[in-house]
Amino acid sequence: MLRQALERGYADPRRLHRPARDARLLLDNARAVVADCLGVRPDEVTFTPSGTHACHLGVLGLLAGRVRQGNLLLATQVEHSAVLHAGQWHEQRGGRFETVPVDRAGRIDLDSLAAHGEPAVLAVQSANPEVGVCQPLDEVAGGTDAPLFVDACASTGLLPLTDGWAAAAASAHKWGGPAGVGVLLVRKGARWRNPFPGDERVDDRSTGFENVPAALAAAAALRAALDERQRLAEEHARLIEHLAQAVRAIPDTEVFLDDGPRLPHLIAFSCLYVDGEALVTELDRLGFSVASGSACTASSLEPSHVLAAMGALTHGNVRVSLGRATDSAVVHRLAGELPGVVERLRAQAGAPR
Amino acid sequence: MSRVDLDCRGVPCPRPIIELAKAVAGIGVGDTVAVTADDPAARVDVEAWCRMRQQEYVGEQTDPDGVPTYVVRRVS
Repeated sequence: MLRQALERGYADPRRLHRPARDARLLLDNARAVVADCLGVRPDEVTFTPSGTHACHLGVLGLLAGRVRQGNLLLATQVEHSAVLHAGQWHEQRGGRFETVPVDRAGRIDLDSLAAHGEPAVLAVQSANPEVGVCQPLDEVAGGTDAPLFVDACASTGLLPLTDGWAAAAASAHKWGGPAGVGVLLVRKGARWRNPFPGDERVDDRSTGFENVPAALAAAAALRAALDERQRLAEEHARLIEHLAQAVRAIPDTEVFLDDGPRLPHLIAFSCLYVDGEALVTELDRLGFSVASGSACTASSLEPSHVLAAMGALTHGNVRVSLGRATDSAVVHRLAGELPGVVERLRAQAGAPR
Repeated sequence: MSRVDLDCRGVPCPRPIIELAKAVAGIGVGDTVAVTADDPAARVDVEAWCRMRQQEYVGEQTDPDGVPTYVVRRVS
């Protein structure tokens, strides 16, 4: 599929010659497949160079369409850094940017949201990529007249896209597609203006010449992800529950696994007195590739803004995400090894018992 | 009511939390430990430790050099 796309889809889809018409056909096909998978109109779908860029275009483009109504951007404290950085960029250019707190599970505080008054644009993610909790988007959308931007990067391919947004973003590598393909959705009729310098091309939502073969591969991967979504979600739910039981048995450990709606493939937890970097390194040595929100594992000195907003323990943090190729035997082995690893690291650090 | 001061300037988490836990174990119920730490993770983690270990988080003070001090009271 990708090979055929590479052979036929190399040309600039906006030219008039035959290879260009071929590329245009393939790009339209990719757009139609993605639209069908997400339950949206094909003309609402634009391929971008990344999920991050789709977030920037979505947030700032809605703000640009609302300049006459106001300049306040409101977002949850636990948005992806791409959204928070878009907010800071907006602020640096004279706009206003405020954040809404979340509860201990990482879910938006609806009372606090209501107390903020009506923003020009409201940005709320579909699900949090660090702890997996789903935001109550139906209630959020029902409680505001402001256009809603939904960062759906963490959930697209895993959970259905909810309604109520004026713009939304997704990222192909999150559903098993290639890196370098994001998706910007702009609802038909929504006021959206290109917030960045464009080029001479007609479509100002797209950023230059799309990577047509990668967009096709992304569309095929999304279709495949939806076909196996139910089966994988059930399998992952069992494995995550198994891991959760093992982690809960470790003393002085917080598991961030909310009872409400959440991503099916992910579990995050923090272990008191454990250095996050040491934990990730030790698990890596044992053959487990996991992520961490602890400050010492990040490029900055700051701990995860998500864990901090939740008031959760930020050190000794680990996030385990399962993919379609994750072997259940590896998950069982991880559940078996974790208690010993944590105990060893605590002893090495001289932690109190 | 006595107070133990811990200077954890320049010490990354989780070390200030480990020192806090050891200090709290050594004081009486009602006494306090004040941990001075410039690692930004300490702001979140001291309070989280209090919640997990059922101790009281009294609050945050700022030292003359701008470094925050977090005060914890032993209640159990």
